[in-house]
Amino acid sequence: MTADTGGSSGPGAHAGTGTGRLSGVVPEPGVRKPDPLLVLDQVTRAFGGLVAVRVEHLEMQRGVITALIGPNGAGKTTLFNVVSGFDRADGGRWSFDGQPLTGSPAHRVARRGLVRTFQLTRTIARLTVMENMLLAAPGQRGERVLPALLRPLWRGQEREFERRADELLDRFRLGPLRDDHAGTLSGGQRKLLELARALMARPVMIMLDEPMAGVNPALTQSLLGHITQLRDEGLTVCFVEHDMDVVMGISDWVAVMADGHLVAEGPPHTIGRNAAVVDAYLGKRHDEPEATGEEEKE
Amino acid sequence: MDFSVILSDALRSGIGPIAAVYALAAMGLNLHFGYTGLLNFGQVGFMLVGGYGLAITVSTYDGPMWLGVLAGVACAIVLALLLGLPTLRLRADYLAITTIAAGETLRLFYRSSWAEPVTGGVFGLQRFAKDFYDLSPIERGTYGVWLVRFSSRDLWVMIVGWSLVVVAAVLLALLIHSPWGRVIRSVREDEVAARSLGKNVYAYKMQSLVLGGVIGAVAGMLQAIQVQSVNPDNFDPGVTFFLYTLLVLGGAGRILGPVVGSILFWFVLSFLDSALRQAIDAEYISPDLISTSEVGAVRFALVGVALILLVAFRPQGILGSRKEMLLSDR
Repeated sequence: MTADTGGSSGPGAHAGTGTGRLSGVVPEPGVRKPDPLLVLDQVTRAFGGLVAVRVEHLEMQRGVITALIGPNGAGKTTLFNVVSGFDRADGGRWSFDGQPLTGSPAHRVARRGLVRTFQLTRTIARLTVMENMLLAAPGQRGERVLPALLRPLWRGQEREFERRADELLDRFRLGPLRDDHAGTLSGGQRKLLELARALMARPVMIMLDEPMAGVNPALTQSLLGHITQLRDEGLTVCFVEHDMDVVMGISDWVAVMADGHLVAEGPPHTIGRNAAVVDAYLGKRHDEPEATGEEEKE
Repeated sequence: MDFSVILSDALRSGIGPIAAVYALAAMGLNLHFGYTGLLNFGQVGFMLVGGYGLAITVSTYDGPMWLGVLAGVACAIVLALLLGLPTLRLRADYLAITTIAAGETLRLFYRSSWAEPVTGGVFGLQRFAKDFYDLSPIERGTYGVWLVRFSSRDLWVMIVGWSLVVVAAVLLALLIHSPWGRVIRSVREDEVAARSLGKNVYAYKMQSLVLGGVIGAVAGMLQAIQVQSVNPDNFDPGVTFFLYTLLVLGGAGRILGPVVGSILFWFVLSFLDSALRQAIDAEYISPDLISTSEVGAVRFALVGVALILLVAFRPQGILGSRKEMLLSDR
């Protein structure tokens, strides 16, 4: 693995690899894809009388970057929370990698290989950077009470995890900080750590909730580089984002939500021209400018 | 005023059997509160079921001591499961409310006349500690140096008690510095993050509650043996608050925090007690201001003042790290 910060391979540099897999797919909401990893069916979630999510059918293609966009309150984060097991659905089914995932609690979803990050980074302040990384490693023998008492049972495995964590930290340029408490890191470094930590969990797919929120432009470029590179290594990515430049820059496919519904889907260049999107999303931007940050409940 | 008496009283209390009991009970609480972030306000309930588990088995049913110990441990596990099953999925505050209520409910239940045939009701139970003292290899007499002397019985309880503290400290240190401990600490810091990384937070909280509760139950047995009687009113909620006091004093989230805290707490408490009494006897303090019978309450007031100062100026406790404490999530 090389220590790539994304400076040279900027957003869009690899966009062809992902988009290629979706050539020939009709850009309409709920369309079937050749190799879907995550499939949602009739997923609904209501808060009292407010229907936050009502998605008829949505497939996310393996090995591509799918952007999930929509105005504030469209239900993007709620959908994220439902699928990742942090919220319950009122109805519907969803499956991951061909196996049902409906109603799985958060820790099982993560163990299946679907790992998410949060809009407000959730690095663990009083653990060191390395401990944050090691925490995410799957299948740890020392995480059970009795084996935990017998160091020889898990020491070898722990060293392996440390080696892997060091590689990932170097890749995200966090290597020199490995023994610092995560609470001493800057906001941008925490974003990088959260992404590195998610990768430590050996995900098949990562879901990023507004990865660029509150991040300076230079770091945005770096994050974009990392994300496209991960896609090129075979990882499936889904992210929620408000910054249109980011969405157009790195996504291979865009799904648009409005009022809880999936209103449009398609490659990024077609989305701007889609009438439903202009109605639901871009049209609204002129009379009520977007406030970033505080949107749907976590 | 005789300073050697004051100092020897304080030392005797600081290393005495009750300090060992409180250190042990607070180590269980430290696992709950200091490492897992569980607000358990009913640690005394675990001590109660432990002490009574032993006393009832031996005194009421004439069982052997080892069975009594097992019964006490089993009761603590059942109590932890009963408390944890409904509350550990909820926010931390609910566990606090439930545990404080459970502690009081247990005390009232064990002292009720309905339970009297088994628990002895308000009279409690006696004559269950003989097996324990029969195991003692120490000849009858008093032992110690200078004015700090203990009876052979107290010395035996101290040896067993402090040995248990050492064993618990070693086991907890091994656990906390393992991947299991890493998950436990991450649960304390950010439950959502832990879940998003595939950790079954509920199961870990339950394990922590059970383990810490069992340590509390063992402390309860030791206390019952030391006073050679169990009485429901020895297990009032105040005990839990003393445990929190000495845990904060020593440093929560530090393996030796409860040990240092317990020794210091009992040292200071006895020091104040003895010093006040001597000062009143020597008429440095007018008996009109504080009479000898009021000393017990005044020393707690002074401990309270000391605790307020501690929280204001050294909130991390004696062993804690201020730097670590001040780290925030954003």
